[in-house]
Amino acid sequence: MSSVISDSFSIYGEQITSRLLIGSALYPSPAVMADSIVASGAQIVTVSLRRQQSAAAGDDFWQLIKDTGLKILPNTAGCHSVNEAITLAQMCREVFATDWIKLELIGDDYNLQPDPFALLEATQILFAEGFKVLPYCTDDLVLCQRLADAGCEVLMPWGAPIGTGKGLLNPYNLKTIRERLPDTTLIVDAGLGLPSHACQALELGYDAVLLNSAIAGAGCPVTMSHAFKAAVDAGRFAYRAKAMPEKDVAAPSTPTMGMPFWHQQ
Amino acid sequence: MKVSMKITINGQHFELADNANVAQGLTQFAAKEPFAVALNGQFIPRSQCDTTLLNEGDSIELLSPIQGG
Repeated sequence: MSSVISDSFSIYGEQITSRLLIGSALYPSPAVMADSIVASGAQIVTVSLRRQQSAAAGDDFWQLIKDTGLKILPNTAGCHSVNEAITLAQMCREVFATDWIKLELIGDDYNLQPDPFALLEATQILFAEGFKVLPYCTDDLVLCQRLADAGCEVLMPWGAPIGTGKGLLNPYNLKTIRERLPDTTLIVDAGLGLPSHACQALELGYDAVLLNSAIAGAGCPVTMSHAFKAAVDAGRFAYRAKAMPEKDVAAPSTPTMGMPFWHQQ
Repeated sequence: MKVSMKITINGQHFELADNANVAQGLTQFAAKEPFAVALNGQFIPRSQCDTTLLNEGDSIELLSPIQGG
């Protein structure tokens, strides 16, 4: 049993055992953020860069994140062009001292949907510059294949648009990507609202989930963090256990042989 | 001969001596670690800030860690 719990997945060669990646935004307070991150059991936390406004504004936040000792995954959230994303990735690499980059390139402001064409172009450029790209992408199989062809060892298709909490809107697409890219690390990123959504992603064979709003926006983020931790473990157990085949016809689970009162009116 | 130039840092206006470099601009802003710098949308490694000269109308972006999802 312990081997099931301790199994790991790879992010560009680094073995990760926690199947929950957590964001650092939207918490009601820095203390709740720190406690929620710890409760999640996550080994990776996402951060970003924005304009320095005042000398002390970001100090507490960054110190709290550093104190967690977790691996940092910086993002390019808010970028709408390849050039913006490249520049922000370069700045992230210098500040956070990591070549990992969660590449976000928004194509539509209504649903914050990634721009697949710009995403692929930026991915190719970033690989040429030595980055290890974790693209936030839609659940489009061909896009995922192109990104994998470009060198992505990790893909992060959305479950639903960022911050909606709708869960996995298209399990068929996600399942197809899993089946067609068996050697790629797959992480559902964005759109999850409930632990059951995370559990479902793991049941489908996804290696992990990345979420933020579902925990930070809960009534009690720390408790919800525990819930998500349990959910990804449950989903991973279920995937490893291999679910029974679904049937359309009922089949009794209790033996019918020796049934008393059989067919008595 | 021009003796000063106007630039922006994070959208704020600054006036610097002609031939000032990026590092001098950051000093004017009182930049606090940790941060990274872009000049007119192009990343400038910290190691090059004191050798990268500024020009009239340049725009510096000075970014620091913040929460992210």
